Amino acid sequence: MEYLLLIYSNEKDFAVMPQAEHERVTGAYMAYTQALLDGGVLRGGNRLRPTSATTTVRAAGGKMQTVDGPFAETREQLGGYYLIDVPDLDAALSWAGRCPGTQYGSIEVRPIWAM
Amino acid sequence: MSNTDAHRAAEQAARQSYGKLIAWLAARSRDVAAAEDALSDAFAAALAVWPTQGVPSAPEAWLLTAARRRLIDMARRRQTRETASDHLLLSLEEAAAEADASGSIPDQRLRLMFACAHPALDPAMRSPLMLQAVLGLDAATIAAVFLVPPATMGQRLVRTKRRIRDAGIPFRLPEQEDLPARLDAVLEAIYAVFAAGWVDPAALDQRRHGLVDEALWLGRVLADLLPDEPEVLGLLALMLHSAARTAARRDGSGAYVPLSAQDPSCWNAATIAEAESLLLRASARRRAGRFQLEAAVQSAHAARRHTGRTDWEAIVVLYDALLALTGSPVVAVNRAVALAETAGAAAGLAALDGLADAPKDAPKDAPKDAPELATYQPFWAARADLLARLGRSQAASTAYERALALENDPAARHFLAARQAALRPRRG
Repeated sequence: MEYLLLIYSNEKDFAVMPQAEHERVTGAYMAYTQALLDGGVLRGGNRLRPTSATTTVRAAGGKMQTVDGPFAETREQLGGYYLIDVPDLDAALSWAGRCPGTQYGSIEVRPIWAM
Repeated sequence: MSNTDAHRAAEQAARQSYGKLIAWLAARSRDVAAAEDALSDAFAAALAVWPTQGVPSAPEAWLLTAARRRLIDMARRRQTRETASDHLLLSLEEAAAEADASGSIPDQRLRLMFACAHPALDPAMRSPLMLQAVLGLDAATIAAVFLVPPATMGQRLVRTKRRIRDAGIPFRLPEQEDLPARLDAVLEAIYAVFAAGWVDPAALDQRRHGLVDEALWLGRVLADLLPDEPEVLGLLALMLHSAARTAARRDGSGAYVPLSAQDPSCWNAATIAEAESLLLRASARRRAGRFQLEAAVQSAHAARRHTGRTDWEAIVVLYDALLALTGSPVVAVNRAVALAETAGAAAGLAALDGLADAPKDAPKDAPKDAPELATYQPFWAARADLLARLGRSQAASTAYERALALENDPAARHFLAARQAALRPRRG
């Protein structure tokens, strides 16, 4: 089964993070990504730019509206994701539990709706 | 072959094999609802065919074949509709071939139980799901037990089963490092079934009746499948010790009899012996745990039938260990009651009052479902009893009032009211 690991955290924390800590987090993510690759489960993944770079589009009633920023202000923001292919939820949770993002926020584990 | 015989054979097969068949049918697809539908069709087919053709020599295998065929039909029909379940169909057919080759149905109930008590499922739904998937109880019965409207329970069960399928909750044994925590969840769910049956000792509610037996049955299945897990043996020992006293909990007129006033000759000696031997086996593993300690407390109570007295010193020590392990306020109340027997009513009352005064923000790892003492009947009943023993009648009466307001069982209410009425007035 494919699962999307959605990495949420408060992006303001990252903005004020000291350089040394920032490097440590980056290193942890590189090692984690390598582990996913080595485990043969990684299907994709990316880090996202902060919500200050986000644009939201909607076309209710046929009229397109463009708004700067995310759809809703939340305490934690989506900061990145991994797409993994594993046998079941236990395996997905095990990988999610090892993601460096768990130390700064939360990981949402969503099964992909197979078409 | 009469209709009744076929019915009896089908009922027996349902009783013995239901969970085994569901576990086997749902293991690959993780679709418990589809497995239930297929199995219920298979039972319907059995009731149509067995009266005329006779009960097959292996009813379990007959039912499995019928249910499996039904499951494959359902997957085929879905496939023509969605052209998507190639993989599912293939795995079903593979599994069918596998079972035919081995000639017997592997017992995967343990996997089913671990799926039912998975951490990704609402803890409140784990026992209901187990009752349905492992034992085949219907939603209305389960709803009555957990005091929820039948339609609500039905919806929750449907949602929980859908979640197992869609989230990909596996039917497999947890990794060794996860086993203790995962096993705890299974034990908790079984104990919750037992507790739900235990609150109605007179079996006034027909649908609740037999729940104690169902929990014991689940406990025995688990002890068969995991004979080396001390907590599994501990849970079964605990439930058996309690079940052994069922008859002694009510007197001839149906009135509530507290443990201390029970006649040990009314306890079931064979059941106690079984509990004792399980506890002995568990303790040989040298890994203590919550259920073993609770069973040991019950074992100490049971010893009264030989010694004529209750070893309260030992019980306090056991509760100390249990409290250190769980931090549970329920355990703390029981400990205070035991302490009153060894150190006097004043010491017991002081321990109870210490609980009530304790800061509201309990340690973070305290169990979330721990009842608030203010609404916990045994806390007020214990407090009332200790106050009465100290001659503080007025305060005792107030505490009995609180206990009565929290008790639904008529026999227990009657007992508390009688105690309250027996208080001597003026002193408080």
